[in-house]
Parts: sequence; structure tokens; C-alpha cells
Amino acid sequence: MSAASTPQAPPAPDPRDELPEHLASLRAFAISLCGNAAMADDLVQDTIVKAWTNIDKFQAGTNMRAWLFTILRNTFFSVNRKRKREVSDSDGVHAASLYEKPAHDGRLAFNDFRKAFDQLSPEHREVLILAGASGFSYDEVAEMTGVAVGTVKSRVNRARARLCDLLGLAAGDDPISGGDADTLAVMGRSGVHAA
Amino acid sequence: MHAKNRNKDADALRAQIDENLKKVYQQALEEQVPDRFRDLLEQLRQKEAKG
Repeated sequence: MSAASTPQAPPAPDPRDELPEHLASLRAFAISLCGNAAMADDLVQDTIVKAWTNIDKFQAGTNMRAWLFTILRNTFFSVNRKRKREVSDSDGVHAASLYEKPAHDGRLAFNDFRKAFDQLSPEHREVLILAGASGFSYDEVAEMTGVAVGTVKSRVNRARARLCDLLGLAAGDDPISGGDADTLAVMGRSGVHAA
Repeated sequence: MHAKNRNKDADALRAQIDENLKKVYQQALEEQVPDRFRDLLEQLRQKEAKG
């Protein structure tokens, strides 16, 4: 880069020095994606090794977190194709262990939400976490997942609709004013879906 | 139901979904990162220094 033009300039920093800063978010993405800490840690491990050995492919000045997340999701989806059954089984166990009585105020209880989230397809979990929770733009998500921006948007909408479906909520229902009756309905339906 | 209320409800639901999604990610983010990853980076660094 431009560092070469000034003789006293220090050597270009090694982008690998930045890797430790991204471990927590990389692992959070992995856990959100596969809902299983052991598998998430294996994914993070594979991602670190791949990032380390392919660091020459990282473009200095670009978003390293996005680059790492891309390696992780590509690894996840290539592994996931091989052991799909195993993944869905472990998700089922995870979902079953999360049941808790919903809050009395009728708000969408986090444990119900989590249980529904874990039942989404990995593609839906991915797009909701990337575009919704971890703060990437639709453009960035499109680049990371290798699809068009329009596909990201429609995938987000379908993932949200599926979540509402799993929670027993129509997209226009209001979980705040619904009170106990709706809360019970959410509980009942979640139970059926979890079976 | 009135269309206006319906929109408001949809917005409220949307906001709650967003909030819960952030929580899914945030909870995982707050977990302690296992030492094995820093150890792994150290191993990779040492291996390269030797090679």
C-alpha cells in the first residue's frame, strides 16, 4: 500500500494481530447459527485456522469481522450438508431444554422466542442474526452469503414470518396487549412444535 | 380490525422480534471465550516462527 512511499514508515501491520479481537463475536455468531456450543467451538477453531493460513486473501482496510464471519458460515454450510441429521437432532435437544414459564406481562417471552429461533432453518437463523442482531447491512449480508440483496431481504421477511408462525402469532398480532390468553396460546403452540 | 392498529401491531411485533434477536446474539457474545482459541493462535504463531 502507500506505506512504501515513506522510507521511515513502519512495516505494514499483520492483519492476523487483529484476530483475537474478533473471537467473541465470531463465537457468538457460531452459537447463534448452530445452537450448540460444542459444534460452535469446532466451527470457530476451523475458522481461525483457515483465516490464519489464508490471510493473504484478506484485503487490508476491509471489514475483518465480515471476512471471518464469511469463512465461518461457508464452513458451517459445507459441514452441515454432510451431517444434516446430526445437527437437527442436537437442535431438538437444545430446544427442549429451554422451556420456561413466559413473563406475566404478556410480552414475548425470551425462552419461547429462543426455542422458536432454534427451530428455524440454518439459512433463516443466519440471515436474522447477520442482518438483525449483529449489525451488518443488507449489502454486506448479500456479499457474505453470496446472494443478491433482494434475496437477503426476502429471506429476512420469510424468516420473520416463520418465527411468528412458530410462536403462534400472526404477523399482525400484538403480543403486548394480548395478555394471558395469548401468552397461553404461545405456550401451547410452542409445545406442539417442539415435539 | 382497523388498518392503522394493524400496522401499529405489526410494528410492535417487529420491534420485539428485533429485540429478542439482539438478545440471542448478545447472550452468546457475553459468554467467556474459551482459552483454546488464544492457545490456538499462539500455536499457529509459533509454528510459523519455526518454519
